[in-house]
Amino acid sequence: MAAFAAATIVSPFKCGLFPSQGFSGSTRSFHLRKNQKRTVRKAVVAAKIDLKPPPYSLDALEPHMSRETFEYHWGKHHRAYVDNLNKQTVGTELDTKSLEEIILVTYNKGDLLPSFNNAAQAWNHEFFWESMKPGGGGKPTGELLELINRDFGSFEAFVNEFKTAAATQFGSGWAWLVYKANRPDVGNAVNPRPSEEDKNLVVVKSQNAINPLVWDYSPLLTIDVWEHAYYLDFQNRRPDYISTFMEKLVSWDAVSSRLEAAKA
Amino acid sequence: MALRTLVSRKTLRTSSLGLRGLQTFSLPDLPYDYGALEPAISGEIMQLHHQKHHQTYVTNFNKAIEQLDGAASKGDASTIVKLQSAIKFNGGGHVNHSIFWKNLAPVREGGGEPPKGSLGWAIDNHFGSLDALVQKINAEGAALQGSGWVWLGVDKELKHLVVETTANQDPLVTKGPNLVPLLGIDVWEHAYYLQYKNVRPDYLKNIWKVINWKYAGEVYEKECP
Repeated sequence: MAAFAAATIVSPFKCGLFPSQGFSGSTRSFHLRKNQKRTVRKAVVAAKIDLKPPPYSLDALEPHMSRETFEYHWGKHHRAYVDNLNKQTVGTELDTKSLEEIILVTYNKGDLLPSFNNAAQAWNHEFFWESMKPGGGGKPTGELLELINRDFGSFEAFVNEFKTAAATQFGSGWAWLVYKANRPDVGNAVNPRPSEEDKNLVVVKSQNAINPLVWDYSPLLTIDVWEHAYYLDFQNRRPDYISTFMEKLVSWDAVSSRLEAAKA
Repeated sequence: MALRTLVSRKTLRTSSLGLRGLQTFSLPDLPYDYGALEPAISGEIMQLHHQKHHQTYVTNFNKAIEQLDGAASKGDASTIVKLQSAIKFNGGGHVNHSIFWKNLAPVREGGGEPPKGSLGWAIDNHFGSLDALVQKINAEGAALQGSGWVWLGVDKELKHLVVETTANQDPLVTKGPNLVPLLGIDVWEHAYYLQYKNVRPDYLKNIWKVINWKYAGEVYEKECP
């Protein structure tokens, strides 16, 4: 796995005392941060993982995903996963690990350790916000479209399979487009698609907090199908939410750059 | 309005095993209006929960049973096995929600009144007090990851009370073949989100105001006479 440079990053929501710095390294969309101890006005805070805001304002995806949904989904649910994870890891051996490392360690071959849910959900939600953009939807282009045509037959066939996975994930969970490496024993977990060709695009779904990192797949796109993701806007109508996501929200730019990073 | 579960006989079909009828399941009526549990549970939630979510479980359960029947009469073993998860999800959803509607009652019809009789005594005996039981159920309900249910049940062999959780729509019996549900609280987000949003603990705190202990007591007395 690629190493990432440690960086001090301050979210504009937290403290205005330090200038925002970019981080060097790969184009992977998830972030590893080792925050140094930093002084804020009132207390010394040793935070581990940041709650990063979505790369657009909370009302930017209206009317397809409401500001109200973001206020709860990002402002309460995602925030709680981050805060609770930090509480669980501070002062423990997990404190020195990246978010991705914490996920793999606490997945523990399916016998989940206590911080798995918070760690995975923190990662999943950041990945989800970045999977969407204002004016999203439409079709992918370039190499991504080529691979989709190659591995699914057509873009329409891919869309169908992705929507079906999202609609049939029973209870809480996620549906994913991933770039798959074919290693039957992926060490940490049972490979759910061992018979598929190597270096393929595949649609998978997962329950609760589980994500394809634990299968050593490279996630490219996700949709959150926990009810809290769509209930305020769509109530029980999950299929309508999924269609809206595909037609109006998906950031194919993000998916393409993730594919590039995964192949590198 | 009496609670009744409508069951209709579908067309009879013959098979190599002889005459066979296929029962279909129907959405049971609620014994109270959608708004009758306010302010503990909003009328909007009750209507969606009953007319949309429970109805969908019933519809899909019937579909799965019909497919199961078809597969069984053809001797198609792998289809029979493949249908198990659809039957568990949707059948479990129908079973669990049918119990849930009976677990709730408007305040003016006894909702929220503490259990009396042998169940009240068993609760005090096993958990120390009703309040201790409520705290335990609320803690387990709040801690449940994802979707599921928290139950008060009775082991009909050992004759003692249990608090259990199940994931998704798994019925209580999946946690023990002798477990009989007395009380189930739905902690799927659809059960509370429009009103309580992410604050599941507030939903759990408030639902006790409309819990129908009378029904739970009747079930208990049947299992532990």
